[in-house]
Order: sequence, then C-alpha cells, then structure tokens
Amino acid sequence: MNLLVKGGRVIDPASGRDAVGDVAIADGRIVAALAGKPERVIDAQGLVVAPGLIDLAARLREPGYEYKATLESEMDAAVAGGVTSLACPPDTDPPLDEPGLVDMLRRRALALKRARVYPVGALTVKLEGRQLTEMAELAEAGCVAFSQANAAIADTQVLWRALQYAATFGFPVWLRAEDLWLAQGGVAHDGEVATRLGLAGIPAFAETVALATLLELVRATGARVHVCRISSAAGVAMLRRARHDGLPLTCDVGVHHVHLSDRDLGYFDAQCRLEPPLRSPRDRDALGAGLADGTIDCIVSDHTPVDEDGKHLPFAEAEPGATGLELLLPLALKWGVQAKLTLAQTLARVTSAPARILGVDAGRIAPGAPADLVLFDPQAPYRVSAQALKSQGKNTPFLGLELAGRVRATLVAGRVVYEA
Amino acid sequence: MPRNPQLNANGELQHLLSIEGLPRALLVQILDTAESFAGVTERDIKKVPLLRGKSVFNLFFEGSTRTRTTFEIAAKRLSADVINLNVAASSTAKGESLLDTVANLSAMQADIFVVRHGSSGAPYLVAQHVKPHEHVINAGDGRHAHPTQGLLDLYTIRHYKKDFSRLTVAVVGDVLHSRVARSLIHGLTTLGAPEVRVIGPQTLIPAGAAALGVRVCHSMNEGLKDADVVVMLRLQNERMSGALLPSAQEFNKQYGLSAEKLALARPDAIVMHPGPMNRGVEIDSNVADGPHSVILPQVTFGIAVRMAVMSMVAGGG
Amino acid sequence: MAALPDAEALCAQLALELRARIGPASAMVGIHTGGAWVAARLHAALGLAQPLGLLDIAFYRDDYDRKGLARDPKRSKIPFDVAGKDLLLVDDVLYTGRTVRAAVNELFDYGRPASIALVVLAERDGRQLPICAQHAGARIDVPAGMRLRLKRDDRGKLSLELERAA
Repeated sequence: MNLLVKGGRVIDPASGRDAVGDVAIADGRIVAALAGKPERVIDAQGLVVAPGLIDLAARLREPGYEYKATLESEMDAAVAGGVTSLACPPDTDPPLDEPGLVDMLRRRALALKRARVYPVGALTVKLEGRQLTEMAELAEAGCVAFSQANAAIADTQVLWRALQYAATFGFPVWLRAEDLWLAQGGVAHDGEVATRLGLAGIPAFAETVALATLLELVRATGARVHVCRISSAAGVAMLRRARHDGLPLTCDVGVHHVHLSDRDLGYFDAQCRLEPPLRSPRDRDALGAGLADGTIDCIVSDHTPVDEDGKHLPFAEAEPGATGLELLLPLALKWGVQAKLTLAQTLARVTSAPARILGVDAGRIAPGAPADLVLFDPQAPYRVSAQALKSQGKNTPFLGLELAGRVRATLVAGRVVYEA
Repeated sequence: MPRNPQLNANGELQHLLSIEGLPRALLVQILDTAESFAGVTERDIKKVPLLRGKSVFNLFFEGSTRTRTTFEIAAKRLSADVINLNVAASSTAKGESLLDTVANLSAMQADIFVVRHGSSGAPYLVAQHVKPHEHVINAGDGRHAHPTQGLLDLYTIRHYKKDFSRLTVAVVGDVLHSRVARSLIHGLTTLGAPEVRVIGPQTLIPAGAAALGVRVCHSMNEGLKDADVVVMLRLQNERMSGALLPSAQEFNKQYGLSAEKLALARPDAIVMHPGPMNRGVEIDSNVADGPHSVILPQVTFGIAVRMAVMSMVAGGG
Repeated sequence: MAALPDAEALCAQLALELRARIGPASAMVGIHTGGAWVAARLHAALGLAQPLGLLDIAFYRDDYDRKGLARDPKRSKIPFDVAGKDLLLVDDVLYTGRTVRAAVNELFDYGRPASIALVVLAERDGRQLPICAQHAGARIDVPAGMRLRLKRDDRGKLSLELERAA
C-alpha cells in the first residue's frame, strides 16, 4: 500500500534531520518518492513524525501470566504508546528457555499484526543460574539476546561459562548488575528513606559489586554485554570508566529511574516498589546525567503489568514493577526537556540507540528503512488514568498526573496500527 | 507528598500510625491526656464511659500477649467492647488478603482497629481503606513504628525527668530491626531532646541512622557517658543466625547493661526496656531489678497512654 | 439590663448560707475550671475537715461523638473516700444541667455518697435535664446568643462576664 505522511515535523535522530516535510511509504518501506498517487494521505501538520519507539524491555505476560495481561492488551498498549518494536524479557511462566515457547510467542505476536516482538531468551534453564540453555537453538527460534531478567546468577563460575558460551556464537547477553546475596531480602534502596520507613534495604554496592564482576568477565571472555537498568550514581561512574577504557558495553536505564527517587515512596506507596529500587535523588540525577552524556545508551520502559491485588499489599509484600509502554514517550520527552536536549537528541534514546543495541534495521527514517513511524503531538496533555491506559496494568506512580506528549498515529511496516 | 494520613483536614488525630510527622503540640496533648487517665487507674472503678457502645478490634498478625492485653485493658477501661482476632487461626492464614480481612470486619461495625503486622506500612494500607468513622491504631508494623510504645516511653521519661530540653538519651542494641527505637527517636527529636545516641555494633545500626538525628556510638564507654536515660532494646535470637552477631555472650560483654557500665551514666539516670527482657543478654538482672530501673512503671503508664490515644482518635464528628 | 453581680460577694454570701449545712460527713467537690475556683473560696471560708476534691468531667460528657475529647483535660482528684459522705458539688454556672449530670455520674464511680447537694455561683434559664441547685448565689437573665462565664484575673479575683456564645 502507498502512503504519504504529509506536512509533519520529520525528525530522524540517526541523521540529525529535523525539518518539516513528507514521508513517502511503499510496500512497507520508506521511499524517497512515490511512483503514483498515494492510496492514503495522513495529515501530519502540527505533529512530530519520528521513527517508531523501540523498547528493549516490555513484559507481555504471556505465557503464564495471562491473569495479569495478555498479548492482545499489551500489544494494543505498545502501539498506543508509539512503540513499534519491543524486546520482551524471558521471565514468563515457564521462562523462555525452550525453542518451542519462543516460536509460539513470536507466531502469536506476528499474527496480531501490531508491534514487532523480539524475544530475549533465558541464559540459564528456568533462569535458575545453574545450567546453560541451548542458546543456539533459541537463537534460531528467534531470540535476539539472552538474559536472566531479575534473577541474578549467584555462582560466578556459571556466569563466566555462560558468557564464554554466548561469546562463542557472538550472542549478546543482557544482564542486570545485582549481587544476589547483598540484595537478598531487600525491597528499597538502603538509605535514609528505608531507614525511616523500616524497610529492608538494597545497598548501592549490591550493584557495583556485581558490575565489577561483570566487567572483569567481559574483559576475560569478550562477550557482548548490555547492562540493564543501571540504578546508582556509583554504577554510572563505573560504566563511564569502563567505556572510556574501551570496553564494548552498552547500557540502559528504566524510564522511572530518571524521574523518581526513594523520596517518592511517601507513605509506603507500593506503586514505587520497583526492581531495581528507586535510589536517592543524587542517584537519580546521576542517571539523568549519564543518559545525557552517552554513558547510558537508551531508556526502556521495563513495562511490568501488575494486577490490583498485587499492589494492594504492604510495601514489602507488593509485587514490584510498573506499567510503562504508554508512558515511555511522554516520560522520555519530559526527561529531554529537563536535560535541555533537542527533540532529536531525546528521541535518539528511544529509537536509533536501542535499534543499534537490538541489531535491527529500525529506528530511522531514510529510504529503504522499514516504515515504522510514530506521529505525536509533543505539547498535547496526556492525563494518566486507569481508563486511558490500554494496558491491563494500571500500576503506575504517575496515576492522576498530567504529562505532555500524545501519540496520534502509529505505523508498523507501512500499516496504520493505531490511530487516536 | 500527600497529606499526613494520620491527621484529618482540621489537623486532628484520626489514626495513630507513627510518631513521625506529628506536630509537637499534638504529642504534648497526648501525654497530657494520658496524665488525666492515669488518675482513673487509681480509682476503685477504673472505667470511664467514653467509648461505651464502640467496638475495638485487635487485629494482631504478629503474636504478642502483652501489647494486646494492654490495649484490651485500655479499651475496656474506656467501656468499649473488645474483639480479639487470632489471625493465625483465621481466614487470613487461608490466604485472605489483609484488606479483605479488614473489609469483612468493617462490615461488623468496627470503630477502632488496633493493627499489629509484620510488614512495615501495613497499617497505612489499612488506614487508606477504612470508612471515615473507623480509626486505625498501629500496634507495631515490621521495623517501622510502634507509636504507642514510643509514647509511653516519652511519658515515662517526662514523668521522671520532666524537661526534655536538657536530656541525653541513649538507645542501646538492635536499632536496625527496632520499631520501638525508631518511634522513640522521632518523639525525642520532636520534643527537643538535645542529644539522642544509639549504641550498637555496625551490623545493628541502620545505614540512614544519622539522618534520624541521632549520634551513632559503637561503644558503651562512649555512648553511656553522662546519659540521663538509658533505653535497652531486646535482642532477638535470630540475629545470631543471620551473621549479624557471633553470640549472645559476646553481645552481653560488649553491649549488655551491667551495673559497671551503668555507672558511666548520670547518678540519677533511669533505665528503661520495652520488654520482654532477655535477662543476661541485653540487661543484667541486678540492673533490671535495681533502683535505676523504671521498667515496671512503664507497663502501667502504657495503659493510660493507650487510653489517651484511643479516646483522641475516636472522638469528634 | 442590670449589671452582673460581684462574684466575690456571691461567694461570701454562699459561704454564709452553707455554714448551716456543714456536718461531720460533709465534703466538697469542685468542677473544673470555674467550679474549682468557687469551691476553693468556699472550702477555705468554711474550714472543712476533708480536703477539697476536684473533678474534670471530660470523660463523662455526652457530646464526645460530636466534639471529641476536650483539648486539655485536667486530672480529677478526690482525696477522700466518697462513700457515706454528704457531698457539696460546686460549679460556677448552672445552665443546661449536662455538666452536673456528668459530674454526678463520675462521683458515683468513686463510691456511694450519702447525699449530694448542688451549689452554684449563678444559675440561668435553659435546663435540659431535671436538675436544680440546692444553693444558688444569684439568678441571672442571659440574653439570647450570649453566654455567662466566670473569669479569674492575674491576682485571683473572680468576676462574672457575658460574652457571645460560640
């Protein structure tokens, strides 16, 4: 189908282009110009036309957690949030440690014809940190990388061997840096707030101790590692030094962690129960600075739908996680404004940068690229409410607040998959 | 930050969840009201009709005979009806959530919920979900707060020492896990005690302790010097198995309150303990039973304080 | 409207009146705050054997559900055995009678007196309960919307005043 997206402010973070113009689409790809008349013209006047967002961590809750959310509802949420490609972590039930499960997930997602889904496979069987998964088989079934989600590997010998094995095939490994023992039992950042609230704390050095181990193993094995959900100022500093030393790492930060700190826990607000925990304001600011100076490559939503019952519990018993697919864009924009970046620079953190890490041809607007686009109004108010959210997860610390940035249309492979 | 859930729009106490965040005037009012109730306990008829017709539900998810009993006595002295919920045997053990339990009790016309729970913050969750005429009193939540204990400790200190503005108070032992310590510290700093110290090994002092406004000491020699009030915290057996302490004996030698160590404090210092005591661990018997100890009066004061708290939250339109 | 009577003079007048009723079993109880002031005057003037008792009715009021607990309850103290005594219950102003009702209930929680006689410095219209004073210093007409109060200055001198009702 031929489409013309007319008169929008076209921003391509990869090239830096930011100008009013048209985007022509034919057969699912962006073309320099259309051969004939377009079958449909989308009026993008007053809107930003950008590459569709790429989210490296969004839980779709299938298989296994269908009472929390389904593929349908979460895919609706993705495209309503302007997300055209997403990677889903392996912590489903059962975890994505078998090719059959991965295959089924990919097929289901394809059939829904919404965003592109890239499964991340389990690094160890059942995510238990003992036995390696059949990574080659899983890669063939469609896994783009391997991860432990939030389940740290306690046995450093296993971690070493897993990285070595992945490195053999050049498979990327996406890992959170957290020492299992130092974090054990903790539910909040080990600082002033946790002390006052009487919550068991996870010290920042639970992250840096694990990060130090990970960096050494990367040096030793040459594995392609992506560090997920960095959470502390000290962690950012370590990463900065490592990248300066030339270590080929990439890194992401959860979108909630550049906005919130442990102060936002207030009176035990379970919506702020997250993994990793929200740390001090100093940590939050360092994460923002790291994202701005490129130490951290990109922002992810870490979308985790949790049903009401899971949050209506005392803080330590509540399920961690926040809904995020539909808030990724407005929250990223908010951060960009605070960091005094241009729109193109801000959008790079959710388009071209994650595309590079994912290793897919996406996140750019150029002839030949897939026609995955988001059309949005950066000024339009978006009030966060249970009704407005398409995701089944209504769990967010931003409930009731007003953000700026509304998606008006989302296209995947040249098809309109969402229209406001 | 949302409004302090303990106070209604007029600044009146409608729940007691934590001493933190209560204005100084309100704390003083609670202590003064407790004084009036102390007079009631000296009469033959130890009851007043204030809460007649009202129901107090003791919702204890963590076992405690002594705290529950004092709440029960206090409620009965106010002429309230008291219902004790043995949670272990109840539907909650069968998997009913905290909020469902509360909703079911609410349907049985409760006025006051006295809640003790193992998870910090649980009473806040309850307070968010009760009806406007229902009131929540926190009888201890996880490590977070034990406000009525903190209040009775403050009452005890005021009874013997009168003026907070000149006091040095030492809190000794497992501060990390202690809701009693946290509540007392908040109360002391609000009432203007100039020097509050915590004493214990690094493993038992929380990371953010200094932010609570206390001076951290790791030795009794340093911490007890010239103290007016010494508060000993209970040391639980689990601490030895959690790699926090090697043994009760070593703890007793380094941090247990003996007569020798007490001599470092002021000659007229008082010794307090929230109970129950581990004699020979955190406190030696001769000190617990000695002339400086006010441990038994603490218990009596606890009834008057709880009567004051219940009558202050439950009144008014 | 006539001027209000002198409170100190009323105290003296009441003391004279009460002298006739004092017996071996007599004791006096004043109701905080105004009644306590008046009772202190009377107790001193009459030279009673039993020490003065003081009552704070905060815990016996009937308006707890509407208004909550009074801000600054004083401590009731009856330093004698109530049982078998002829009590003189003293208050400053008798109006609706609810304060007296609460005080009598509270007294009975201390024991069983032989009798209770009510002594007030002033009484006004507006009884809501079947209560009357055995001895009243003066009967005062209070205009609508006003309240009769007993005040005590820095030197301890008592005086009656009218003020706007809340």
